[in-house]
Amino acid sequence: MNRQTFVGTESYLVDAALRDAVNVAVNIERPLLIKGEPGTGKTRLAHAIAEALAMELQIWNVKSTSKARDGLYVYDTVQRLNDARFGDRDIRDIRQYIKLGPLGRAFAAQARQVVLVDEIDKADLEFPNDLLQELDVMSFAVDETGETVAAKQRPVVVITSNNEKELPDAFLRRCVFHYIDFPERELMTEIVRVHHPEVEAHLLSELLTAFYWLREQPAIRKRPSTSELVDWVAAVTRSGLDADRVVKELPFLGVLLKREQDVDAAQEARVSRIPLRR
Amino acid sequence: MFVDFFLYLRETGLKVSLTEYLALVESLSKGLARAHLDVFYHLARALWIKRESDYDHYDRAFATFFRGVEAHVDLSDELLGWLANPVLPRALSPEELAALKRFDFDTLREELLQRLREQRERHDGGSHWVGTGGTSPFGHGGKNPQGIRIGGSAAGRSAVYVAESRRFRNLRHDRILDTRQIGAALKKLRQLGRDRGPEELDVEATIDKCAKNAGELELIFAPPKKNRVKLLLLMDVGGSMDPHVALCERLFSAAHAATHFKAFKHYAFHNCVYGRLYTDMTALEGPPTREVLQGLDSTWSVILVGDAWMSPYELTAVMDGFSLESREPAPGIEWLRRLRARCPTSVWLNPEPIGVWESASTRLIRQIFPMFSLTLDGLGAAVDVLRGSKPNRPGLRVEP
Repeated sequence: MNRQTFVGTESYLVDAALRDAVNVAVNIERPLLIKGEPGTGKTRLAHAIAEALAMELQIWNVKSTSKARDGLYVYDTVQRLNDARFGDRDIRDIRQYIKLGPLGRAFAAQARQVVLVDEIDKADLEFPNDLLQELDVMSFAVDETGETVAAKQRPVVVITSNNEKELPDAFLRRCVFHYIDFPERELMTEIVRVHHPEVEAHLLSELLTAFYWLREQPAIRKRPSTSELVDWVAAVTRSGLDADRVVKELPFLGVLLKREQDVDAAQEARVSRIPLRR
Repeated sequence: MFVDFFLYLRETGLKVSLTEYLALVESLSKGLARAHLDVFYHLARALWIKRESDYDHYDRAFATFFRGVEAHVDLSDELLGWLANPVLPRALSPEELAALKRFDFDTLREELLQRLREQRERHDGGSHWVGTGGTSPFGHGGKNPQGIRIGGSAAGRSAVYVAESRRFRNLRHDRILDTRQIGAALKKLRQLGRDRGPEELDVEATIDKCAKNAGELELIFAPPKKNRVKLLLLMDVGGSMDPHVALCERLFSAAHAATHFKAFKHYAFHNCVYGRLYTDMTALEGPPTREVLQGLDSTWSVILVGDAWMSPYELTAVMDGFSLESREPAPGIEWLRRLRARCPTSVWLNPEPIGVWESASTRLIRQIFPMFSLTLDGLGAAVDVLRGSKPNRPGLRVEP
């Protein structure tokens, strides 16, 4: 197989560690497990990989009631029963009631696809273990029809977790793991530039200083993330406030902080802080 | 060298399995990090380290092991050598040996040779190869030949430098971080309740009902099952606990926000539990401890938080906290024993470092309650005791 290389996209910037982790997962065909603070772009990574490698993306949003099999296929018995009662269709062919799930569709596809298994930790503890076998051999049997669906091309599987639950060791051993570290200032500047290329450099620098300062305040419980920073930059630039006032007043805090107590804490810290400039 | 690094990691206590080792061999054979230690650093971390809490451990091991090694080492020559005779210098378990045998080394060798041949024709340092030939096309000036911008700052920083800076120190599990992590740890307590799970379709009842209705569909859902965990949180406040107030606050708000308990009660005490527990520490309001105890039984789990640091007489003499009424005078230690007798499923969390647990008062308390440090690891172990998956044994031995 040809080696494929992921380097990020125009709007999704990656650091070297994430780039290497993605490439190893893509090339040795193992699931990529992504963790990280909320708002660091875990889910968007799968979109970026699909875009960069020109593959189709299948999304599987895991819920607390999700079963591993849902990702492979669902046998729509209720539809079949309904058809049986009203005689709408010939119900003898069970195959028409087998609906492939996101993973199943990626297996059945001709070209290699990306599968996003989003927030795997929301599901039951057994969920990851139940998926192991299928992810290993990349094929599964449909019990109702006796058919086997085998992957023509092993899909790129991206799994995200918010650390709500510990994942089993056996599962972890088969994954490539990457923890998205919170972007450092340098990378963050580039990320904001992607979204707001017009922001004046001095203003951006002041905003970033304020942003990182806020993140360091111990009284703030829910620390603002990348996506919130991007929104904040938008709000500030549109308001036309100049850098000095921004530093002094920290306007539009509600964009960055979503808890009332955090906004209060930030205001308090702002009043008593040592001047922001380094 | 990479074999030795693998063994070194295992020696330092990171449980990297042979399967994961072979995954690295495979990715090196595919030419993913031929000569770049920086890429190797990322690669080995992605394949071998599966918890961010172990990142710091890995960084320290990497820095120690590779200190003084140049950033450009030719890993592929070494890999070729190893593939010719793929043995690890150590006795392997039968399972590991089997895994080693199943692995197709010849194909990998072929592949690696093929890559190397191809690469030589293309000149080292071309844009085609990730992290090879010394000039990684990514991360230097922020642009690669296709014009896609790459963030990060690979340039000018060696992997050893990155490892030495230990950026992931804060993710270690022997430090407590935030409410969310505590919440996740407390969530494990959910397993105490046997009747749990979301509302589900009761298939048997539905079939019965449909049959009785002559085929008319009627879906029967079982009532949602309840988690049976009841939690009592008792926290020491004031005095010597002041330095830990932020930490205790976080634990409290996590427990308070947890919605999965059948019942949750919390009181404050000062120094030790005496005749009265407090709902309001400044006004000194709260019910007598006796009443609280009467409302409890062995189905309750109890977490006490305190530094267990006081003069021994504050434990053994008859005190009554701040309250002057003392209808049943008893020393603090007696109240603790009564609590333990009433609710054997109980633990003590101590925010002080383990080193100071040898004080007289701490030792006395440790003989009544199993004591854990108020860190993520300690909390996890305490929850394990509460749910019965670890023995509930008070004593002076400190769990690692």
